[in-house]
Amino acid sequence: MKCVVDYGKCTGLGICESLAPDFFEVNDDGDLELLKEDIAPDELQAVEEAVAGCPTEALSIER
Amino acid sequence: MVDSTSRLPTQPRRLVVVGASLAGLRAVEAARKAGFDGEIVLVGAEPHLPYDRPPLSKAFLDRAVAGEGLAPPPYFRTAETMCELGVELRLGVPASGLDTDRRVVLVGDEEVAYDALVIATGAQPRMLPGVEGLAGVHALRTLDDSIAVREALEAGARTVVVGAGFIGSEVAATARKRGLEATIVEALPTPLVRATGREMGAAIAALHERNGTTLRCGTGVRAIEGDGRVERVVLEDGTTIPADLVVVGIGVVPSVGWLAGSGLTLDNGIVCDENLWTGVPGVYAAGDVANWVNPLLGERQRMENWTAAAEQGAAAARNALDPEHARPYGTVPYFWSDWYDVRIQFVGSPDADEVLLVDGDPDGGSRWVALYRRSDRLIGALTVNGQGEIMKYRGQIMKRGSWADALVFAEKRRELARQKAAAAAG
Ligand SMILES: Cc1cc2nc3c(=O)[nH]c(=O)nc-3n(C[C@H](O)[C@H](O)[C@H](O)COP(=O)(O)OP(=O)(O)OC[C@H]3O[C@@H](n4cnc5c(N)ncnc54)[C@H](O)[C@@H]3O)c2cc1C
Ligand code: SF4
Repeated sequence: MKCVVDYGKCTGLGICESLAPDFFEVNDDGDLELLKEDIAPDELQAVEEAVAGCPTEALSIER
Repeated sequence: MVDSTSRLPTQPRRLVVVGASLAGLRAVEAARKAGFDGEIVLVGAEPHLPYDRPPLSKAFLDRAVAGEGLAPPPYFRTAETMCELGVELRLGVPASGLDTDRRVVLVGDEEVAYDALVIATGAQPRMLPGVEGLAGVHALRTLDDSIAVREALEAGARTVVVGAGFIGSEVAATARKRGLEATIVEALPTPLVRATGREMGAAIAALHERNGTTLRCGTGVRAIEGDGRVERVVLEDGTTIPADLVVVGIGVVPSVGWLAGSGLTLDNGIVCDENLWTGVPGVYAAGDVANWVNPLLGERQRMENWTAAAEQGAAAARNALDPEHARPYGTVPYFWSDWYDVRIQFVGSPDADEVLLVDGDPDGGSRWVALYRRSDRLIGALTVNGQGEIMKYRGQIMKRGSWADALVFAEKRRELARQKAAAAAG
């Protein structure tokens, strides 16, 4: 499973970072950096929370 | 209190959600995601499909982009998507009553029966008395409000904002961006104290003056005058400000009028436990209308922010459909606001024993980080243009991090920034 960011939608609000910091980090310019793509089974819940929590619906999981 | 599972011997087959905005939408989507295949009815007072509110005081108000025109309404979903979800939409008529004994919601002259009910009627703006019928005076809560405000801005309105809260500040910033005159009038001596505390309220408010918006604090509004259409705002101290558009942003009240006599406990919204349960079988609340116990901060709170409304909507629906396995909803509150070229972000609670600036400088600078201490714990963080910092502190507050650790972390971040700056300088 892979985590996918739609950079056209993301506005760098960072909610994903607080929910899944191993995957997401917003840099000083306010841009989101995806730290890793592949989701291990025990990481799925955190990434799912980030997907649901993103206010711009910029995140998805490719199964 | 009655047991939440009593009188619900079988699985709920019919979920009714009242309030078709963010929390209501997330409730119906979470129900389907959890595998609920019964009937779902979504009741909304506005004629519109669910839409997103934060853009209404930000990008939606902007001038037309060449070749693209004005921004389209920020609908969350199309009618087809709602249909695919198997949600029956009842839009345009408000719910007017709730009978928890017979388990029905009154909508117009119809009764809508439920097994499980999620109430997500949000909040509505407070209005100034005596402005009814005066054109050009608006609150800003709905899509229709925002369209009206945008029309006035398009016409080049001299803009007066009453109330220096976040929404009003965003409107003033938009007006300035269009090169229009903008004045904010605030009755309190310092704005944003409830949201960010006294020190930071003053520092953030100073961004207005720096960007050419006039901010008048400590003076209330005596009258808004005009002949059919607003012409001027008269302040308590006698000052008169000419105006073509007045946006009133003096806060909201939870939309609970329709629940009078329903038996639900109403006190600054709908009183719920940490599972968002109202104490009445089958009935849960979510979003701006819900006053619940936040286990993460150990406080009873009513949020007025996007993140909590979205998450509570989903949590309330899951709990309503499976009360035996109900899970508490806890959050470190988060909100953001965009003014001029500045993004303001806040996590946690501003109710602190100490506020400490750990990076940047509010005096003249447009980037800074402040931390909030309650006893020996980190309880809040504010960043202005600190997108790279804020969520790291949210993570620490979630884990109930100590103040001492937060300070060590802040020093590390400063050191990292110094190294980066040195490397960049070669
Ligand atoms: C202009 C604006 C800008 C904002 N900007 C930000 C921001 O930058 N960041 C942030 O975190 N938050 C922001 N917010 C706050 C955020 O939008 C709200 O917290 C969120 O919309 C709350 O969602 P809700 O579903 O609980 O309630 P609401 O969005 O208030 O929706 C409630 C819905 O219920 C309907 N309703 C009311 N009574 C009835 C009834 N009796 N029967 C049927 N339907 C009824 C209403 O018509 C409404 O559509 C902003 C809000 C506004 C208005
Ligand atoms: S939560 Fe969404 S908008 Fe915010 S940084 Fe993450 S992907 Fe971008």
